[in-house]
Amino acid sequence: MNKKEHLELYHQMVLIRRTEERGAELYQQGKIGGFMHLYIGQEAVSTGLIAARQPNDRVITAYRDHGVAINCGIPVNEVVAELLGKATGVSHGKGGSMHMADPQKNFWGGHAIVGAHLPIATGMALGDKYGNRNNVTICMFGDGATNIGFFHEALNMSKVWKLPVLWVCENNKYGMGTAVDRASAVSSIAMKARGYDMPNECVEGMDVMKVYEAAQKAIEAVRSGKGPFLLEIQTYRYRGHSMGDPERYRRQEEVRKWEEQDPIGIYRQYLAGNKIASGKPLDEIDEQVMDEVQKAVEFAEASPEPTMEDLYADVYAD
Amino acid sequence: MARITMREAISQALWEEMERDPAVFIMGEEVGVWGGSYAVTKGFYDHFGGDRVRDTPIAEAGIVGAAIGAALVGQRPVAELMTINFAFVAMDHIVNEAAKLHYMFAGQFKLPLVIRTVGGGGRQLGATHSQTPDAIFAHFPGLKVVAPSTPEDAKGLLKSAIRSDDPILFIEHATMYQVRGDVADGENLIPIGKSRIQRPGKDVTIITYSKGVEISMKAADELAKEGVEAEIVDLRTLRPLDMEPVFESFKKTNRAVVVEEGWKSFGVGSEIASRIYEECFDYVDAPIKRVAQDEVPLPYNRTLEQVALPQAEDVVTAVKEVL
Ligand SMILES: Cc1ncc(C[n+]2csc(CCOP(=O)(O)OP(=O)(O)O)c2C)c(N)n1
Ligand SMILES: [Mg+2]
Repeated sequence: MNKKEHLELYHQMVLIRRTEERGAELYQQGKIGGFMHLYIGQEAVSTGLIAARQPNDRVITAYRDHGVAINCGIPVNEVVAELLGKATGVSHGKGGSMHMADPQKNFWGGHAIVGAHLPIATGMALGDKYGNRNNVTICMFGDGATNIGFFHEALNMSKVWKLPVLWVCENNKYGMGTAVDRASAVSSIAMKARGYDMPNECVEGMDVMKVYEAAQKAIEAVRSGKGPFLLEIQTYRYRGHSMGDPERYRRQEEVRKWEEQDPIGIYRQYLAGNKIASGKPLDEIDEQVMDEVQKAVEFAEASPEPTMEDLYADVYAD
Repeated sequence: MARITMREAISQALWEEMERDPAVFIMGEEVGVWGGSYAVTKGFYDHFGGDRVRDTPIAEAGIVGAAIGAALVGQRPVAELMTINFAFVAMDHIVNEAAKLHYMFAGQFKLPLVIRTVGGGGRQLGATHSQTPDAIFAHFPGLKVVAPSTPEDAKGLLKSAIRSDDPILFIEHATMYQVRGDVADGENLIPIGKSRIQRPGKDVTIITYSKGVEISMKAADELAKEGVEAEIVDLRTLRPLDMEPVFESFKKTNRAVVVEEGWKSFGVGSEIASRIYEECFDYVDAPIKRVAQDEVPLPYNRTLEQVALPQAEDVVTAVKEVL
């Protein structure tokens, strides 16, 4: 990775962080409705992962999707506009926080039913294999999603048919308020892959470079035709599950402990330690991001609402 | 008599039944430590403990399946599905198991099972999280479907549901937990399968349930200002469906509007209207109107979502069309 690429990773992580923080403010102001799940704390996961994909590789995730959308190259304007329910949003204001997608960017959503997108990922990989396309499908999901039947059906099928899927579990230690070991018979998610004789690895997810390196290896293994691979990525969400979570299930000390391993801070140290960048160029990116986010909010606020025609459009394709 | 919210009423029903009968227990996602994602079981975990207020993995098919199993061997589980949208994940167990076992095995099995869940739109949750598929569940003989509109009904019906030996889907409305109403002290069991006149009137019959009652009451207030007296029948239970109060009212008013939050096609309104035509054809003075959700998945955008959902004005308009 060259310096420019490194700085771009840094830029993406800071952009996600600030967008999410602004999103929280807009939510408090009543400008965003519904359920909104922030990605703060988990930025290194999708940033490192998606940096390792080729443009033809597909990405699909759950409802905690703003960061993933940004990493996939969806302009932050369109992300914020979607949060505000505007016609210029990536889903034209009809999807909202949980339902963003742009197949042009090979980002296939934003799916709000826990685990439901896993069999879909199996099918995308099946379709690509069937069509002789050398794409990898990268499917992201939470630790909680590994307890629903969808996960097991999807993993099994992908292995039986040797499909090009990279399964990525973002283990942020909780599904809503339920700690992993209160809901899963094994607290190692990677271990679940073994039941399907699937290669797997567990990596530290607060360090974007560790995620990137593990993802690169895993994606290439999958692309080489060896079949699916499961990557468990250890991470943590700093905010509640969604807006308005009373957080009775965890101690603030635990949150603080993880905050000491802030992925943005860790990456700044990495960049400085490896003499790639420190101080001013990074601070400049920080400032540039403030400006980008501000402009995105202005863009979104000035954008039109979807129309009555939009309400009735797209129920069917034919 | 106390004036309490829907949330408090449901919570009290659960609490009282758990105190009364040790066979009653709750299981579902976030029912324990979190206190229920709609705060209905707040405080239960500390009082009753994790065995009786059991947090489950995210596994709806497993939750309903396990609740069926526990019910078969004599417990009285109240399984909670966080929202009705997730009931689709458990559809096989609701439809092919819960609704069938008693009949198919000639009454040998009893299923004292309640599945509590939350339906409805209006909170900008988008297409997958805002549905009102009540009619789908009411389609299946063997399953009972209850959907209350007042705290008193919620409490009395839930208590009856917990004591019933049949599988019952108990649907609460996501936007009605703060609705307040008077609830009499002591045991006030309300029988399942009984409709009720919620507001008397003589000019038109509005048949509805759950959220529809709220918007129909508003509409009736508007209509009253113009001298129209609407009679509102709250179905309370979709299956078994009690049509007697509806027929009685219709024979008096000769006009009807059916109000539901779900989609119109193949919905509650279609069923009610057909039954009126079948049983009261000679009393019909105007085509029966249905007020329901626009035939689109609900969008996130607040304005569009509200347009797609049935509103009091839509009820007023429909009533004027049948008058
Ligand atoms: C089938 C289904 N059941 C329940 C829910 C409600 N729900 C939304 S997110 C969530 C927790 C998911 O946890 P996890 O998979 O660990 O992802 P995280 O939120 O931690 O990113 C639950 C229970 C849902 N959306 N879909
Ligand atoms: Mg999680």
